[in-house]
Amino acid sequence: MRLGPRRFAALTAAGWALGALALLLVAPGTGLGQGETASVPSAAAQIARGRTLFVTGCSSCHGYAARGIHGVAPSLRGVGALAADFYLSTGRMPLDSPAVEPTRKRPAYTPQQIAALDAYIGSFGGPPIPHVSLRGSSLARGGSLFMDSCSGCHQAAGAGGIVPGAFAPALSQATPRQIVEAARIGPYLMPRFGPRLLTDAQLASISRYVEYVRGSHNPGGWGIGHLGPVPEGMIAWFVAVPFVLLVARLIGERAEA
Amino acid sequence: MSDLPPPRHPSVEGEPVPPDARPYSEADDPTQVVIPTSPRNEAIVAGLLALAGLLGVAFVVVYVLVDSTPLFGLTLGGALLALGAAAIVAGKGVVPQETVLEPRASVAHPEDEAATTALIRSAGSGVSRGRLLKLTAAIASAGMGAASLATLASFGPWIGSRSVPSPWRRGARLVDEYGRPVRADALEVGSFVTAFPKGADIDLLGSPVIVVRIDPSEVDLPPARRGWAVDGILAYSKICTHAGCAVAMMRYPLFPAHSAEPALVCPCHYSTFEVATGGTVIFGPAGRPLPQLPIRIAADGTLEAAGPLSGDVGPAWFGVNRA
Amino acid sequence: MSIAPDKGRIGAAVEAADVRTGRVPLARKLMRYVFPEHWSFLWGEVALYCFVVLVVTGIYLAVFFDPSYQQVVYHGGYAPMRGERMSAAYASALDLSWKVKAGLLMRQTHHWAADLFIASITIHLMRVFFTGAFRKPRELTYWTGLTLLVVAVLEGYMGYSLVDDLLSGMGLAIGWGVAMSIPFIGGPIATWIWDGPFPGTTAFESRLYIAHVLIVPLVIAGLIGLHLLLVSLLHHTQFRGRGRREANVVGAPLWPAQTFRSIGLFLAVAGGLFLLGGLVQINPIWLWGPYHPFLGANGAQPDWYLGWLIGALRMMPNWEPTIAGKTIVPNPFWGGVLFPLIVFGLLYAWPLLERRLSGDRAAHHLLERPRDNPRRTAFGVALFTFTAVPFFAGSMDRVYIQFGVPYEGAVRVMRVLWLVLPVVTGFLAMRMCRRLAAAELRPLRGVTARMVGRDAAGGLVAGPALLANPSWRPRMEPPAGGPPAAAAGLRAAVAQLLVRARRSVLAAAILAAAAVVVLAALAGLVVAVVLAIAAAGAPTWLAALIVAVVLVVACAAVAAAARWSA
Repeated sequence: MRLGPRRFAALTAAGWALGALALLLVAPGTGLGQGETASVPSAAAQIARGRTLFVTGCSSCHGYAARGIHGVAPSLRGVGALAADFYLSTGRMPLDSPAVEPTRKRPAYTPQQIAALDAYIGSFGGPPIPHVSLRGSSLARGGSLFMDSCSGCHQAAGAGGIVPGAFAPALSQATPRQIVEAARIGPYLMPRFGPRLLTDAQLASISRYVEYVRGSHNPGGWGIGHLGPVPEGMIAWFVAVPFVLLVARLIGERAEA
Repeated sequence: MSDLPPPRHPSVEGEPVPPDARPYSEADDPTQVVIPTSPRNEAIVAGLLALAGLLGVAFVVVYVLVDSTPLFGLTLGGALLALGAAAIVAGKGVVPQETVLEPRASVAHPEDEAATTALIRSAGSGVSRGRLLKLTAAIASAGMGAASLATLASFGPWIGSRSVPSPWRRGARLVDEYGRPVRADALEVGSFVTAFPKGADIDLLGSPVIVVRIDPSEVDLPPARRGWAVDGILAYSKICTHAGCAVAMMRYPLFPAHSAEPALVCPCHYSTFEVATGGTVIFGPAGRPLPQLPIRIAADGTLEAAGPLSGDVGPAWFGVNRA
Repeated sequence: MSIAPDKGRIGAAVEAADVRTGRVPLARKLMRYVFPEHWSFLWGEVALYCFVVLVVTGIYLAVFFDPSYQQVVYHGGYAPMRGERMSAAYASALDLSWKVKAGLLMRQTHHWAADLFIASITIHLMRVFFTGAFRKPRELTYWTGLTLLVVAVLEGYMGYSLVDDLLSGMGLAIGWGVAMSIPFIGGPIATWIWDGPFPGTTAFESRLYIAHVLIVPLVIAGLIGLHLLLVSLLHHTQFRGRGRREANVVGAPLWPAQTFRSIGLFLAVAGGLFLLGGLVQINPIWLWGPYHPFLGANGAQPDWYLGWLIGALRMMPNWEPTIAGKTIVPNPFWGGVLFPLIVFGLLYAWPLLERRLSGDRAAHHLLERPRDNPRRTAFGVALFTFTAVPFFAGSMDRVYIQFGVPYEGAVRVMRVLWLVLPVVTGFLAMRMCRRLAAAELRPLRGVTARMVGRDAAGGLVAGPALLANPSWRPRMEPPAGGPPAAAAGLRAAVAQLLVRARRSVLAAAILAAAAVVVLAALAGLVVAVVLAIAAAGAPTWLAALIVAVVLVVACAAVAAAARWSA
């Protein structure tokens, strides 16, 4: 009770751990069983491998040929390797139930498997995986852009927020590549930011700001999760008030019973 | 201890004890004096005082050498705490511990009350036309009250038919925060951008609009607003009609089968406005729809206003037009 | 017997003071001023000491702060903001945090002190309310204290609104919206305060500043002075106890014991606040960025003491009565004006209401315990719940992020709880008070003893066991050879807690607070489960049915456990 935010974090972590465990249990067994070879497979072999993984792990919702199933899940033709990489590398797919909001989990596939699936989805066309370089990006520009376009939902420090109908996830683990991918896709209820609205360079600046602001730049001590007045009020009531209560108890004896 | 007053009657000598103060029996007597005489407590106090002094010096050292708020807090707060602990230990375990009893004197003085009343009344002893004076005094207060209230009106501008002036006119160009024109093709389906009328103050409440593009087939404006959207692009005032925050959130479903309709949401109280139907309220406390800005695409592909905003910007006030 | 004159420097100083002022007899009397001893009497003092810390740190901040909306370009120590255009107010607050050595310590301590200031006033108010300390002749003291709370909340709001970061701008926008919503006069008042339409001119910032650093602190200091004067004129109230009567005050004298203890309390409060100010980051203004009316961020909340109002604003259905297409009552009025008016109106009126309800017009100097006046306690608990529900609702969006409960459904449920829960908690408080009071008359309740006596005719009569000495309490020890050790330990602990609750206000308060929290948590859990089941695709009636069945089973289990433990 006393360390509210920390407890939340612990609960969240426990939730993730449970989710990851469940995912491991339901994860496609065939994919996990295959030994990974060190050599880089050819493009065609990659696509073939990705197709095998897709059929076992994804086709029940997205359809056998990735054309989607009406009312269940969208077609993946044309979304590109970019979207596949985003959803798989953030653990958002595969999803237990198609009706719930995909949230960040531990990825269900190994990086090699994700590369294969990316190649398979990418073979239908669509944007490739972006190469994001933070070189030349501007922290100040990123901060300003983040305030204009992102903090409305993701909170000023990227700690996450809500919109009626969905959660805007915390950006505490998002990599620059995933940030660019999310902006281009607009996952779930998130709006989309095309390259003419936010260029790759501008998104790189935003990523740089996100990486900066979630770091441990807390000159004032413990940052209590950058969540603002709610945890501050909790500290006031669950730390300061009990402390004063203790002192008052030490000073003021009760009248003898 | 002979230099302490007897605990039973601590009040200054000569003050009468109230008549209702019954004698206290031995079992009922709460008064007591305990002289702690505890060298251990004195040693604790001395230790705490020394600690406080050391921490105070440590604060100065830290202040000179480094710039660290946590260290400042630790040393200064620690010094104050040690000093406080010393005072509490002294107050509880070094100085005499007394429980004293003070008779509570009656607050009321009936004789003085009567005399004071008579004294106040005595001012009017020679008055023969009391009612006339009361009436004229009432007139004077009313007049003076009105006079002082009248001056309040000049403290600030009176609210007219509009609380917030809107710079949006037919033909006004939409530009971004830095004055660059907003092009229609910059917006994909599911995108939003904040825009302002060219040349206007961006910090004016009537300036910001949020420009949104949805699938043209989703647009479902009332007949009176036909032509206010172009290629699925719609624009609304960005100021919430509930309490004046910026409507800074947009939701747009990637796969509509499983999620909510496109909407603009205010992060303060989560008022939710539907994009497709003209900014109508679908959730939250806002009572009025977001004012819509009719827009069109100019020859060079940039956006411009096709008319003024459809309603009053910002939170409602008494007598504002609902629509 | 008189105090022997102290030789030496102290004696000389006393003599010098007396010769020049003639007030040493008064000082002598004051030094023996009696303070009844109870920890709960110290919260008012804590508030006073917070105010002292606020003034001291506030003066330090005022030296560096520039209350102006003049636009400047930032070149200070916080890298992500360099080159950004912002108001001089925000830039100076950033410099205060990043450039001025110990500036951040002072700013954070100031903010923590504000949070604790209002928290201690609130606790003090609850102590005064639930013990009946506001009764005649102390109504004026109570009303000045209540006014202090109102003014302190306003002062805190103005404080974090001065900074002109995004958070303060959003708070001011809401304040403006609420002011605008007052029927008839709202528009002119808001326009007058802000010197035109929101966000106002730099004249507004200057008004806000002078109000925050001079006018309102003076009002607070004046009210504190009046409050303390009234307290000392009437002397303190006290709990019942050995030798405590309506006609006396029993406790520690100001000199020497209470002086050292009060100084110790002040230093401990100040030390705790500076520790927090150095170790726990509060209101990191640099994260929010400068305010512009077109910017908004998720998770923007007021400080805790305004949480009940943002909750009320969020929970209100979007009622806006209109006549002929013109709005009569704008929506923020309900949650932002009417709701606090009701809460504070009831608090202001309660001494008069209680006097009318009970017919008790006598002066009282002995306090009542909450159980001694079940009606007042029930009313207080209900009013507390009525403000606590929106308070929790106001921070629920942050909590929901952690627990994944859909926001819209939760708001709808909270609306119902807002109306229902006060009745439930008020009723429970009333029952609990009655049972506690009954337990004092019959402390052997639960023990199946009967008392046997003789009637006038010489026959034997049996009756419930009553005690000649009502202060005697049975010792609660686990019976030997009873339930298994762990269960017995739990039972003993519960019994111990209940016994303590009968004796100690603190234990009772903690129990009551725990009960309210558990009740709220249970209600929240039910809501969460219903919504979660509904979200998983089941129809709502099925979800409600499942939860109802589980609840009935749980209640039966609790009842069985209660029977077993009795």
